[in-house]
Amino acid sequence: MKSWMPFEWIAAIRFLREGRMQSLLIIVGVGVGVAVIVFMSALLSGLQANLVKRTLSSQAHIVLLPPEEIARLQSPAGGIALRLQKQAQRLRSIDQWQQIQARLEGLPEIAAISPIASGPAFVVRGDANKAITLLGIDPVRYSGVIALPERMVAGQLRVGAGEAVIGIELAKDLGADIGDKIRVTTAGDATETFTVTGLFDLGNKGVNARNVYVSLRSAQSLLDLVGGVSSIDISLHDIDEAERLASKIAAETGLTADSWIKTNAQFVTALTSQRVSSNVIRFFIGLSVAFGIASVLVVSVIQRAREIGILRAMGASQGQMLRIFLLQGGIVGFFGSLLGSGLAWTFLMLWRLMARNPDGTPMFIIGVDPWLVAIAAGGASLVGILSALLPARRAARLDPVVAIRG
Amino acid sequence: MADPVTTTPVLQLKNIRKSYGSGETESEILHGIDLRLERGEFAALIGPSGSGKSTLLNLIGLLDRPSGGQLFIDGQETGQLDDTGLTRLRGQRIGFVFQHHHLIPAFTALENVAMPLLVARGRPDAEMFAQAGRLLDQVGLAERKQNLANQLSGGQQQRVAIARALAMSPSLVLADEPTGNLDTHSADDVFALLREVNTRLNTTFLIVTHDQRLAARCDRIIEMVDGNIVADRRHQAAAN
Ligand SMILES: Nc1ncnc2c1ncn2[C@@H]1O[C@H](COP(=O)(O)OP(=O)(O)OP(=O)(O)O)[C@@H](O)[C@H]1O
Ligand SMILES: [Mg+2]
Repeated sequence: MKSWMPFEWIAAIRFLREGRMQSLLIIVGVGVGVAVIVFMSALLSGLQANLVKRTLSSQAHIVLLPPEEIARLQSPAGGIALRLQKQAQRLRSIDQWQQIQARLEGLPEIAAISPIASGPAFVVRGDANKAITLLGIDPVRYSGVIALPERMVAGQLRVGAGEAVIGIELAKDLGADIGDKIRVTTAGDATETFTVTGLFDLGNKGVNARNVYVSLRSAQSLLDLVGGVSSIDISLHDIDEAERLASKIAAETGLTADSWIKTNAQFVTALTSQRVSSNVIRFFIGLSVAFGIASVLVVSVIQRAREIGILRAMGASQGQMLRIFLLQGGIVGFFGSLLGSGLAWTFLMLWRLMARNPDGTPMFIIGVDPWLVAIAAGGASLVGILSALLPARRAARLDPVVAIRG
Repeated sequence: MADPVTTTPVLQLKNIRKSYGSGETESEILHGIDLRLERGEFAALIGPSGSGKSTLLNLIGLLDRPSGGQLFIDGQETGQLDDTGLTRLRGQRIGFVFQHHHLIPAFTALENVAMPLLVARGRPDAEMFAQAGRLLDQVGLAERKQNLANQLSGGQQQRVAIARALAMSPSLVLADEPTGNLDTHSADDVFALLREVNTRLNTTFLIVTHDQRLAARCDRIIEMVDGNIVADRRHQAAAN
């Protein structure tokens, strides 16, 4: 008997040890439930993190654009027609973008800010002619928003005067390689020739075929935006803050601020509903674990009626009896969760071995977050205690006279 | 012998009634029991089966509440106490020895004897095991301290139960057919042990028994029939 242990703990542990088979079975039962929950959670969060990461590899967390305008157009018939029209033809610059950028730099939530001059253009090489998006960037700033340097597959991210970085898809379409020349023409008939200095792969075919990065200055002059920028890309420390921060920035600057959450609304909704349905499954697993614990303890209270009666006759209070059985629930939950975390870890290792891309690399990395184990242990112990409430109350209220006579 | 006029009785019952059921099915089992036990008394409670002996013992042991009347333990009226109060008083003042030994099988003999102390103090300590060890020595089980309860014979288990009943140094020990499950030889041993504790510690005993021979060895014989005390004789017990 450990001298530091209170009476209730000693009795709870002895009772569990004595009912060896029962205790073992229910701990395994809890373990399987916890394993499924932990495994599912790890898998789901790994999967979702991976999807979000892929989605955001070629997107800023927040994009600031000039405010949308409501245009009033006179109809030819002289009547007044009112309609909303998105600004289309001429690119507009963000007013006083330098001041805005300076102000945003003071916000602690923001990780990086990159002003961009971008617009539609054509690229010509030999016979090939492709519609592209021309992006004028400051490569250092831009790398803070989009991890372009890591995504270079050939050459380097260098956009000095007369230099351009293009995607692998476009390179294929144009038959262009590092060192080759391409000619970029915009709607205003401005033209400039660039040398390809790097090829990137942002993991998105459209982006790889469309984006052409040049220096901010070249894009500004080609797009007739001298001194201006068409958008400001922002990356955040916490992507979940995007929506909140976008509204805040929009309110403060009067600019249109689109968060990735809004831009990818369908995708985000899909992720959310995936989480909701997994929560429902987890809840029901938890419920069946709770019923399992409760039913084992109800039986145990009946089996131990006489011992409960004796303890009561010896002066054990109702509270002490209650705690003895609550603790048994908690202990079963706790050990079940340890077993379950171990099982989940094993599943994840197996899954890692089996779920591989055709080239043999892991499909995506998932780890068992120590927090998840801690939460599972705490949660399962709590569920154990809650499930023990009913049986424990029965034990506490047992009439000692009846129990002893039995 | 204590002087009954000047000392507080260990137990006093005034017009104790007990009924079971209600309405149509209500039946009164105890019809107004008056009883007084002085400190150091060694009394037998006898009577035919169903006369209400166990019912009375459960009331005295504060395991159950009377339907009417007053019950005093060491002068303290118990009618006003809530469950916690009754439990505490029971733990401190009353020891039980039941017919069916009633040890807790998950614990050793030593731990069973220490259990009332553990329950009262909340945590184990060396002193309580030392005391439990002394009690087991006294009941002749020095060699069996580490045995689990169900590794002992019936007579040995009953000795452990007696040691346990004494752990809190109670004023009153209630024994409901303590020898009912034992052969004659073990029964004599157990009875002799109770008597020895009584003379050595001056602990009060109330013992329910069907065994006339054993009853005759008590100082006082209280006889019940149909929920009434019909005879109450004090006598110098026959030589043990
Ligand atoms: N919970 C109960 N509900 C109804 N009747 C009860 C209850 N407990 C006891 N009785 C009745 O009370 C009466 C006395 O029972 P009790 O157990 O006190 O008798 P006893 O004298 O101890 O008998 P025995 O010598 O057989 O042990 C019996 O008629 C019994 O049926
Ligand atoms: Mg009886």
